[in-house]
Amino acid sequence: METVIQTEKLTKRFGAFIACNELSFTVSKGEIFGFLGANGAGKTTAMRMLCGLLVPSSGKASVAGFDVYTQTEKIKRSIGYMSQKFSLYDDLAVAENIRFYGGIYGMSRQDIRAKTTELLKELGLESEAKTLVRELPLGWKQKLAFSVSIVHDPEIVFLDEPTGGVDPVTRRQFWDLIYAAADKGVTVFVTTHYMDEAEYCNRVSIMVDGVIAALDSPANLKQQFAGASMEDVFYELARKAKRKGD
Amino acid sequence: MKELLIFIRKEFLHVFRDRKTLLMLFGLPIAQIVLFGFALSNEIKNSRIAVVDYSKDAVTQRMIEKIGNSPYFNIQRTLASADDIHSAFKKGNLKVAVIFPASFGDDLMHTGKATMQVIADASDPNQATTITNYLNQIVADFNGELAAGGGQPMQIVPSMTMMYNPELRGAPNFVPGVMALVLMLVCTMMTSVAIVREKELGTMEILLVSPFKPVYIIISKLAPNLLISVVNLCIILLLSDWFLDLRVKGSLLLLVTGSVLFILTCLSIGLLLSINAKTQQAAMMGSMMGMMLPTMLLTGFLFPIENMPLALQVLSNIVPSRWYFIIIKRVMLKGLGIGAVWQEMLILTGMCVLLFTISLKKFKIRLQ
Repeated sequence: METVIQTEKLTKRFGAFIACNELSFTVSKGEIFGFLGANGAGKTTAMRMLCGLLVPSSGKASVAGFDVYTQTEKIKRSIGYMSQKFSLYDDLAVAENIRFYGGIYGMSRQDIRAKTTELLKELGLESEAKTLVRELPLGWKQKLAFSVSIVHDPEIVFLDEPTGGVDPVTRRQFWDLIYAAADKGVTVFVTTHYMDEAEYCNRVSIMVDGVIAALDSPANLKQQFAGASMEDVFYELARKAKRKGD
Repeated sequence: MKELLIFIRKEFLHVFRDRKTLLMLFGLPIAQIVLFGFALSNEIKNSRIAVVDYSKDAVTQRMIEKIGNSPYFNIQRTLASADDIHSAFKKGNLKVAVIFPASFGDDLMHTGKATMQVIADASDPNQATTITNYLNQIVADFNGELAAGGGQPMQIVPSMTMMYNPELRGAPNFVPGVMALVLMLVCTMMTSVAIVREKELGTMEILLVSPFKPVYIIISKLAPNLLISVVNLCIILLLSDWFLDLRVKGSLLLLVTGSVLFILTCLSIGLLLSINAKTQQAAMMGSMMGMMLPTMLLTGFLFPIENMPLALQVLSNIVPSRWYFIIIKRVMLKGLGIGAVWQEMLILTGMCVLLFTISLKKFKIRLQ
């Protein structure tokens, strides 16, 4: 299996506070990697380091084969990103949003046009190309935001709590999109608070107080911690946390 | 470069889709200029006037009668001496005074020409201008009557003195003031709001994760506001020509250069504000309190700076619009060239470079 993310003792300190302490893990190509943890456990900091937004304090990490210290520009070209905070422009039409995000990744006009047609067809939004995003229902917006985050065919897509505030049906459909992307070979790195979503992942890491407390497939984790569901496993680990969430 | 154009195009879409704000941006200068135009054309009737007549001859008697008969004037009292004028002005019950010197009658008879002195209280410049215009009209009428009477040609020449405000700050000063205010408002507020909105929406995060260069974000945000400002500048200049009869006397190029310098300075301030503001409301309040009030109070177009306490005079030096106001006034109203404004231009350039460098640096740091 080809490795696309590799970290070795990756650490981030803010003054005396250690947000991430010696994280070591690998993620393989096409894998759906769940990144779990209570609020304040250090998930976002870890993700920001991998995206090239934060410089690590110590340790090593490479993303898509590029070093997080020296090759952040190349990393940025190889990844997609979607956060819980909604990430499309309300006052732009669907097609205009796609064109904008494709454009800032330097895609050519023809590529963007082809991609727009393909993407709208996949989402069943062909008739809505000229609709302003603010007029779409939330579920559609969220699906559209995900499709836009991989419009430039990145190797890896980072999803930061992508399904916050979305109903269960839409969440299920959203995960269908994630599976479809993974099938095409896109690696998915996803943080979530929903334990049913953790079950959908190939492998899950659970962070507690800045360290990785557990990392394995959902099935193995349930066995290891003698829990009936991921919820039991998460609770077992997270209740040992000393840090207060924010 | 292509990425930049796509971003700029997006910024223009934001601006054009937000019709209400767009209307406000262009409506503001129009409303201010038109309102002022009407305020200026208001008639002032029954102004209190004092007459000091040292000559006491038939002509001055006729003249005083004519002034008294005009609906615009109300002869308050006839002062015995010119020394009383000052205290009458101070009490505020007098708008204008007319003095006929002792030699008035003799001059008129022997040389055919005599000077009457007109002293106006110009602390309200609009009023003073209007009132002296009425007086001028009366004198012109009177000269006409004298000529029609035949005999030797006679002419009365009024000599105007504006007391307390010799430069007549106000009327024509309003236009440069509006220019400074509108440009400042558009550039500072719109820029900071545009950037903070991306932060609020969460789209800023996406932009930072993308390979798009931060400096491009700044350029794209500034582009539409720069254009709106230049259009606003044209609107103000055209309106002041049509409504207020106020044309640019000096070099248009110099005026535009000064304006662009000021616009860039304001854009930089908008950037700085956006870095510290967390919400669009905060950005808006910041530009209102931090920029609009100083621009209105410390620029010199509402209140003369030289009459302020020393502390405020010193403080006014750091307000960019103060320098811009001087440039516009000299170039537009007095028709002076670069020789008269190079110092102010230099100060504005310095402010612009300094603020832009700081905001650029700070903006980059924030991205870390």
